[in-house]
This record gives sequence, C-alpha cells and structure tokens, in this order.
Amino acid sequence: MSIVREGLILTGRDLAHWRRQPWTPIFNLLFTIMLLLMFAFIFGGSIQLPGGGDYIHFLLPGMMTLAMMFGLETTMTTMANDSKKGITDRLRSMPISDASVSLGRVGADMVSAVIEIVILIIGGLLLGWRATNSPLAGLVAVALLLWLRFAVLWVGIFLGLTTGRHDGATVLVQVLVWPVGFLSNVFAAPEFMPSWLGAVAAWNPISATATAVRELFGNPTGVTSGWLDEASLLAAIVWPLAITAVFLPLSARAYRRLRK
Amino acid sequence: MHDEREHDRDRPAVRASGLVKHYGNVRALDELSIQIPAGTIHGLLGPNGAGKSTAINVLSTLVDITQGTAEVAGFDVSRQADRVRQRIGLVGQTAALDEILGGRQNLLIFGQLLGLSRRDAKRRADELLGKFSLTEAADRAVSTYSGGMRRRLDIAVGMILDPVVLFLDEPTTGLDPRGRTDVWNSVREIAARGTTVLLTTQYLEEADSLASQVSIMKAGRIIAEGTPNDLKRQRGGDRVEITAADQAEAIAMRDALNTADTSASEEAAVELDEATAVVTCPATRGTGDLATVVRKLDAAGITTDDIVLRRPTLDEVFLTLTEKEDA
Repeated sequence: MSIVREGLILTGRDLAHWRRQPWTPIFNLLFTIMLLLMFAFIFGGSIQLPGGGDYIHFLLPGMMTLAMMFGLETTMTTMANDSKKGITDRLRSMPISDASVSLGRVGADMVSAVIEIVILIIGGLLLGWRATNSPLAGLVAVALLLWLRFAVLWVGIFLGLTTGRHDGATVLVQVLVWPVGFLSNVFAAPEFMPSWLGAVAAWNPISATATAVRELFGNPTGVTSGWLDEASLLAAIVWPLAITAVFLPLSARAYRRLRK
Repeated sequence: MHDEREHDRDRPAVRASGLVKHYGNVRALDELSIQIPAGTIHGLLGPNGAGKSTAINVLSTLVDITQGTAEVAGFDVSRQADRVRQRIGLVGQTAALDEILGGRQNLLIFGQLLGLSRRDAKRRADELLGKFSLTEAADRAVSTYSGGMRRRLDIAVGMILDPVVLFLDEPTTGLDPRGRTDVWNSVREIAARGTTVLLTTQYLEEADSLASQVSIMKAGRIIAEGTPNDLKRQRGGDRVEITAADQAEAIAMRDALNTADTSASEEAAVELDEATAVVTCPATRGTGDLATVVRKLDAAGITTDDIVLRRPTLDEVFLTLTEKEDA
C-alpha cells in the first residue's frame, strides 16, 4: 500500500527531527514533569478527594490525560508550519495520496504520545504512584489515552490547515488549551466545584478519559455519583469517537479546500 | 521518461488557453493563454499581484481552475493531475525544505516519497548534491544554509525525478548577487539537459538573461509576449544617450540636435531629462546615428565623453507597457 509507505516516510521525517534536535521533545517532557511535580507537592497536600484516596494516585492518570490533550498544540503548530513554509504545497505537487500527509502526522504524534505516557508512568512510579489492577486493565487504560490523543490529532490537523497562516490563531489555541484542560477533573474533583462549574467539568471529554483510566489503573476516581461514575468507560470511548467523526472529515475537507 | 520526452519534442510542454481563476471576487487569472515549447526557458514577468504565482499554482495542479484548460507535459492538469505530478518539479516562493534536517536527508525523504527505493533515493541525492555544489554541506541542518544554498537545494528537490517541466516561482528573490548567479547557472544547465522551465520573476534582468521567451503579465492576463529582443524593439529600438555636465549644457545639446535635417532628429524625439542632465534621441540606424550626433555636437562646439548607444532595458519596456495599460 503506497499510502502506508508514504505515511511511514513522513513519520520518519519527524523521528529524524528528534534525533537532530532532541531538546525540543525533552523540554516538552520536562514541562509535563514540572506540572506533575507542582501538583504532587505544592497543591496536592491541600486537595481533597470525595471518597478519599491518596492524591498522587488520582493525579497521575489525570496528568497523562492532560498530556494527550496538550498534544493538540504540537499537532497544530507542526501542521501550520509546514503550510507556512510551502512544504505542504510541495507535497501536494507530488504524486502521493492526499491522506499520506495526515497519516504521517498521525504516525509521528502517536509515537510521541506513547513516549510521553511511558515517561509519565516511570515518573509516577518514582513518586509512589501504583496501578493496582491487572496488567490487561492497564493496557486498556493506555489504549484509551491514545484514543483520546488520536481524536485530538484531528482537531489539530484541522486547525493547522485552516488557521496555519495566522499566527494569532495559533497563540489563541495555545492559550485556550489551559482553561479547557483545567476545567475538568484532571487536578480536582468536580463534586467540590460550584455545581454549574462541576457539571461543565464532568462533561469535559477529558474528564471521561481521566476517570476511565483511573478506574482501569485501580486508582481513586474522585467521582462518587452521577453518570460519570457509571459510564466513564463508555464515555471515554464515545467522546473521542465523536470528536474524530467530526474533525476527520473536516480535516479532509480543509485539505481539499487548499485547491480552491 | 527520457524516451517519452524525445517523442514529445514537437509538442508544447505547457499549453493553456483561456485560464480563469477566481479567488472570491478577485479574478487572479483573466483568460490567460500560454504555450511553451519543450526544452525552453519561459519567463513570466510582472509586478506583485499580477497573477504569476496563481498561474504557477494552477499549472502545477495545486489549485483548481475556474474556467479554461491547461495541459502540462501532455496531460490535463484537472483530469490527469497525478500524471502531471509525476512529470513536474515545483519550486515555490518560499524554500519548501525541512530546516531541521540536512540537505541529504531532505533529498532522501522527498525522493522516497516520489517512489524511489531507499537505495535509489540515496544515489540520486548524492548525484544532485554534487550537481548543485552542496556535497560539503550535505549533512548540515538546512537552517544553517545561505539563501543561495537553500534555493539550490530547493531546486535540487524539484529535479529529483528529472521532470519534464520545472516551475520556479521567483527563484532569486532575496538572494545576493553571488547566490543569484549560481541559481541562474543551475537553471541554464537544467534547460540544457532538456527540461522545460517556467519561471516567474519581478526582475527584468533575470528574464532577459535566462528566458528565450518572455510573457509580461498584468492583472491576470498577458499583455505582451516575445523574445526579450522583440519586446525591446517594441519600445522603439536603440537610442543614443548623452550625459551632460550640467543642465545648461544639456539644454544646449538638445538645441544642437534639434536643428532638423539629420536622421537623428527627424522624429523630433530628442528628450531631455533635466534632473539628471541626460539627453536621449532615437538611433534607428544604430552607429550611423551615433556618428551623426557626435558631428552635430562638434559643430555646435560641445564636447562630451559620456555618450553611449543603448537598447532599451526590459524595465523600460515593462514600464511603458504597464503604463499604457493603465491609461
């Protein structure tokens, strides 16, 4: 299949970047680790969980989920830079499939997501985090995290293709990922938030994944009632599916519209 | 691919007729028609916003045509885009290179994407690095390259498949004279080996020095076409240009030349630019008129050592033509 071959070549291009400039991904990781340490030690002591439980066990799955969501920025900016520099146009003038360009992006970003998850697991273990369920449940948890990253990828590809030439849009997204990421149950339990805010946080797709992953790892979820308590696994599958169902076709359309 | 090219010798490499491209309400191309014989360098000349890049984008299958037809390397750009893409190289306005990777890696990645095996892509990369004098810098990150090196690598990527048609969108914009000369030499070599080159430029000098045919574009259409010499002739042929020491002397010169009876002043077209103290008059008989002018100045007791016979530059042609259009 030539699409797979082309996708792999483009994935290889990104992997070659890391070899040339290892500092860029390392700084990204350090940033995630810094957030982890900040919440574990600075805020962690004063955050209470409904249903009890040690904060680090609650925090780590949340951090993994947040890292997946923050991947949006990477996907979007890489995509945008390629359009800005004419690389996308060069690829479009070549006899390769339309899908290959996105596929290369998916390949590279999924590889980096796996690395991020592994690093966070190692960091977590060092800080005392433990997964108490079966290894299979752990693998399902990782799969759900990657599933969220996959959905977010298409949002990033779409935004990168459509707003790539406006630097302002990039900055806007870089700012917006913060409230969207924090307005969830990643760091604190929605049940202790003002009720309207808690409702919003519970409905945040990130909360679904974070809760499901906590359950699968055997960690405290901070959820004692409500639909999220009963259906987090389902929600962690359906939310990313819905996002992908909207943004994958939008991305394909945006790519075709470059011809207009 | 080479056999095919031989076979297509007599067919134009690019043939477009009545191309129209709308961007919203903007008519970026307005009934553009063009024919480029195989193996030649064709210059598309025009100010910013004339539609040069749009023309390149349409012909290189990047952008849909609103109306009209275009064939590149014998295939229709709308209906046979993939066939066209196998036969063209596109070098856009910004160097479309991976800045983090080295030149060799860039050539490898694009070569493999174009369907070469890893080994063939490597061989081709080495070949092109040599041809474009980049062997020494092959493994350095492209971000450390000079503008000229970047451009050459950019063109090398466009040449990986030895295309039938190479599109160059303003290939020397922003380069220093050395970089520009290097790019020019590369373009000449490429054309000498049989690739048809369509290049856009704002520099008339560039079109003059590289292209065998030039089309001048304005507002999405071609307003003049021909060899650089044809176009210069349209502006009124050779002229004698004398630079006087000061304004008073320049006026004296004009009066001396304006005294009827010789061919140099027949058309009463002696012009005086007071600001620069330059007097010009048409020289339809070339050096014969130059001699006449010198004799007349002599007779009027004016000596000058700054007198030249010169052809109009493409700049003048260009300005005349675009001003005419505005009027």
